[in-house]
Amino acid sequence: MSKQIIVPFGPQHPVLPEPIHLDLVLEDERVVEAIPSIGYVHRGLEKLVEKRDYKDYVFISERICGICSFIHGATYCQAVEQVMGLEIPRRAEFLRAIWSEYSRMHSHLLWLGCFADAMGYENLFMNCWKVREKILDVLERTTGGRVIQGVNRVGGVSRDMDAAEFRRIETEIPGLRADYTELTRIFDEDLTVQTRTKGVGMLSKDMAWELGAVGPVIRGSGHAVDARMTGYGAYDELDFKPVVRTEGDCHARCLVRAGELFTSLDLIENAIDRIPKGDILIPVKGNPSGEYYAQTEQPRGEVIHYVKANGKKNLVRHRVRTPTLANVPPLVHMLAGCELADVPVIVLTIDPCIGCMER
Amino acid sequence: MKVGVMALTVLKNLVKGPATIRYPYQPAKVTPVTRGHLVVNINNCIFCGLCRAHCPADAIEVSKPDRTWKLHQFQCVICGCCVSYCPKDCLSIEQTYLPPSPAATIVTVTGPDEPEKNEGQEEGINKKL
Amino acid sequence: MKQPEQKIETITVSDLIHQVHVYHDDGYRLVQISCAQEGDAFELTYTFDRDLILSHLRIPADQKTSIPSISRIYLASFVYENEIADLFGIPFSGIAVDYKGTFIRTSVPHPFGTPQITTLKKKQEDQHE
Repeated sequence: MSKQIIVPFGPQHPVLPEPIHLDLVLEDERVVEAIPSIGYVHRGLEKLVEKRDYKDYVFISERICGICSFIHGATYCQAVEQVMGLEIPRRAEFLRAIWSEYSRMHSHLLWLGCFADAMGYENLFMNCWKVREKILDVLERTTGGRVIQGVNRVGGVSRDMDAAEFRRIETEIPGLRADYTELTRIFDEDLTVQTRTKGVGMLSKDMAWELGAVGPVIRGSGHAVDARMTGYGAYDELDFKPVVRTEGDCHARCLVRAGELFTSLDLIENAIDRIPKGDILIPVKGNPSGEYYAQTEQPRGEVIHYVKANGKKNLVRHRVRTPTLANVPPLVHMLAGCELADVPVIVLTIDPCIGCMER
Repeated sequence: MKVGVMALTVLKNLVKGPATIRYPYQPAKVTPVTRGHLVVNINNCIFCGLCRAHCPADAIEVSKPDRTWKLHQFQCVICGCCVSYCPKDCLSIEQTYLPPSPAATIVTVTGPDEPEKNEGQEEGINKKL
Repeated sequence: MKQPEQKIETITVSDLIHQVHVYHDDGYRLVQISCAQEGDAFELTYTFDRDLILSHLRIPADQKTSIPSISRIYLASFVYENEIADLFGIPFSGIAVDYKGTFIRTSVPHPFGTPQITTLKKKQEDQHE
């Protein structure tokens, strides 16, 4: 009977992008179980909603996370607009969809880079981030911010994109497609990546549904669950199809995210073709009263913003259920039975965004 | 393993040089809409306090009797909320990022004295820095 | 575009386990458990989803009665129940992995469930109430 040792992993670790603590119970080199422990970045933003005007809170809701910030702001605006019964202009919904897809591409490229870094493949990490710079350039010249955009408002968006900007984006898309093809080829065929990710972190189809996994974690295990299929915002007109794989290991999830890069490019092209003319912002009067659960798709999975208001200018409750929080039980399940050297790869495969998770 | 691809990348990098900008020795990339730092045009300011009331980060302090407008530079998140609420359009965002500094920077700007009004305001001239 | 209406069903605490079993056998997945506070009364909302249509169950709660945990049916709920127990102070009984108050360590216990801000009258500084 071998002795069991407990190895603490995190919160400071070179491989983790954000601080999370795991107590790994080891027998020789094999992990028997893992106990997560969170709370290192808890800022209590949900309490702050009671002290800020609901229109000013958009800026705070965008800053819940640095990587998935645009979609947090857009989902909060969507929830408040549904509570107040506002119909925002169609052009604003298309613009939000275009920026959401750019935000998704930047997040997936960031993840691909960090994943390569976790395997020790630092050159690939730098190349992924070099491609990401092209996307951040587009975001900066259309909105003013590289990672925090600040264009969402309750009632629409505050900045427009003219026809010259759309032409410029369309000329850049073939170059991005060539870059993505090259990166996907490396992640798919390279021997280093294959030996470290195939067969590692298995999550079967039933366990993924039972444990409530969301995002690429559940799409890598065979279920086609994507909040964009509900057709919120402009997605009902953009011909969206989710990327699904059935193997259920880290390699499958990696390829799901790489496939979503191409899906995002298609959605952006469709949106630029079909965007209608019109206003981008409607004036908002009065205070919200009621409650609503808004459900949208972040790069990491499905996010729920719950908003409750009772007629004053401060909201009563704003609750964010981020995808990383829903992916922690699958993480604990996947870590049981793996080798110690696979722990960084498995922790990164759920795309941990701890800043979002703990608000 | 494709050796040709790697060799091509190495040659390209040798010719083109590094892909990064050597900031701060070279200036950062900016666009016309980049949000760098907040500046105020104090001559038009009426010290109404709307920017203070709507700042999500509590970074602005306005004092009407002292005619001062104070900004905690490190708390400001450059969201642009105050810019949209100012009734006299005194606030604007410049494109350049500020350099790092070892202590918290508080920018205090004192406005011109109040023009004389018939109703009679509170204290009169009170210049503080 | 207007989203479809969401149905929220309010039930009693004793009915909770039976209803959750019904959802589980129908193939729903657990989406989230959230807690809201109106004055002194808390309410817990359980959200389930199948085919991307959300349905909600709501039960009243307070800081003295213990709520039965559903982690024997849905193991993933231990994350949400520990978080609500730490932030709001609502006790749960029978959580599969019980952190006993150390899941999210805050300097003030139960920060969301107990009133934290005391407003003093006539303060010189700014209050954003």
